[in-house]
Amino acid sequence: MNRQRESVRSESDASLRTRALESILVEKGLLTTDTIDRVVEKYEKDVGPLNGARVVARAWSDPDYKRRLLENGTAAIAELGFAGREGAEIVVLENTSTVHNVVVCTLCSCYPWPVLGLPPGWYKSFAYRSRLVREPRTVLREFDLHLPDSVEVRVWDSNSDLRYMVLPERPEGAEDLTEDALVPLVTRDAMIGVARIDSPLE
Amino acid sequence: MDGIHDMGGMHGFGPIIREENEPLFHHEWERRVLGMGVAIPVPVPGGSRNNIENMDPAHYLSSSYYEKWLHSRIRGLIDAGALTGEELETRVALFREKPDAETPVHPNPDAVRAKFARRRPAASAPPPVDIRPQFQVGDPVRARNIHPAGHTRLPRYVRGKTGTITRFYGVHNLQDAELPAGCVRREQPLYAVRFESRELWGESAEAQDAVYLDMWEGYITPAQSDSE
Repeated sequence: MNRQRESVRSESDASLRTRALESILVEKGLLTTDTIDRVVEKYEKDVGPLNGARVVARAWSDPDYKRRLLENGTAAIAELGFAGREGAEIVVLENTSTVHNVVVCTLCSCYPWPVLGLPPGWYKSFAYRSRLVREPRTVLREFDLHLPDSVEVRVWDSNSDLRYMVLPERPEGAEDLTEDALVPLVTRDAMIGVARIDSPLE
Repeated sequence: MDGIHDMGGMHGFGPIIREENEPLFHHEWERRVLGMGVAIPVPVPGGSRNNIENMDPAHYLSSSYYEKWLHSRIRGLIDAGALTGEELETRVALFREKPDAETPVHPNPDAVRAKFARRRPAASAPPPVDIRPQFQVGDPVRARNIHPAGHTRLPRYVRGKTGTITRFYGVHNLQDAELPAGCVRREQPLYAVRFESRELWGESAEAQDAVYLDMWEGYITPAQSDSE
């Protein structure tokens, strides 16, 4: 019955402990407030799913790039300038009309930060982490993704230090779009594998 | 360890709740925790995940993502000798009493940094020449049924199950706290192994789907294929 009150208390406790920790680390000279600000701003402004969308748009537009991307994701992604923490080695999985890949981390919340940014809350949730490997189709239906039986679902559990990103299927009606025009079609959820890309004609 | 964090396949966590227009952070302190977690030049002894996995299970389940980060960072700094629990509690008490209290800033951080900064061990060392993968794509393998008490990347739901090698990822450093019995080195071939849903979940499996896991060679043994 006191769950809500406890959660409020734990919230303010976390805030207090964070402030105390930061002040001690700054005082000790281990960090500066500016350093922390710079890190956070990087993830707020520069590192997000737009990076991944650029990778996908390039792969849809350039068959040679797509081949390199599927062979060595890390190197092909670095060609576009994206690399860094939680992305030492990125493997790209291609979705097709018969295979649908979807990514989870059951042990933790591992996620390809350089291309997708910080993970959304649902990706880190106990429900997603526990359920996707056991009942992927039920989970995908909750994301409003209804796959026919003819499509095989492959769930990738990011249990090592590799990070996975899905290359979604290029939607119908996008054949004539330029690479720049393709970028806004690509969603974060499609690069995790819980969505497909809508046709721009719809 | 067979801990609460090893959630693959568990029941009871309900539907997946998605937040519309979710912000990157819900509280200012979460921003600071992310920033500190990334920027602190002190490696966490035993790894930050190990500290999270060693949380009391009730604490783990009731903590948010960034609360776990905070817990793990504090634990790591204490273990590394960069912080004492007393220092932290004293400072917490000070801010609780006097929210506007100011704290001194170290004028010359270089010496302190040098004391604690050491190179983080690379997640993946370049492959030594004499390591040859024992398995090939298409080989049937069985995940070992082992229960390491320390940090491991072998989830419970796959132990003892049979799968097929689908990809060789090169040589990577095993991240377990202890090497599995029979392993002599941390650098090991890493493979993608496909496990059929039916193999993992039996009659409860949803369809002819599959789960892929990254398996270090020390996690798997040769298996008979169904056709043999």
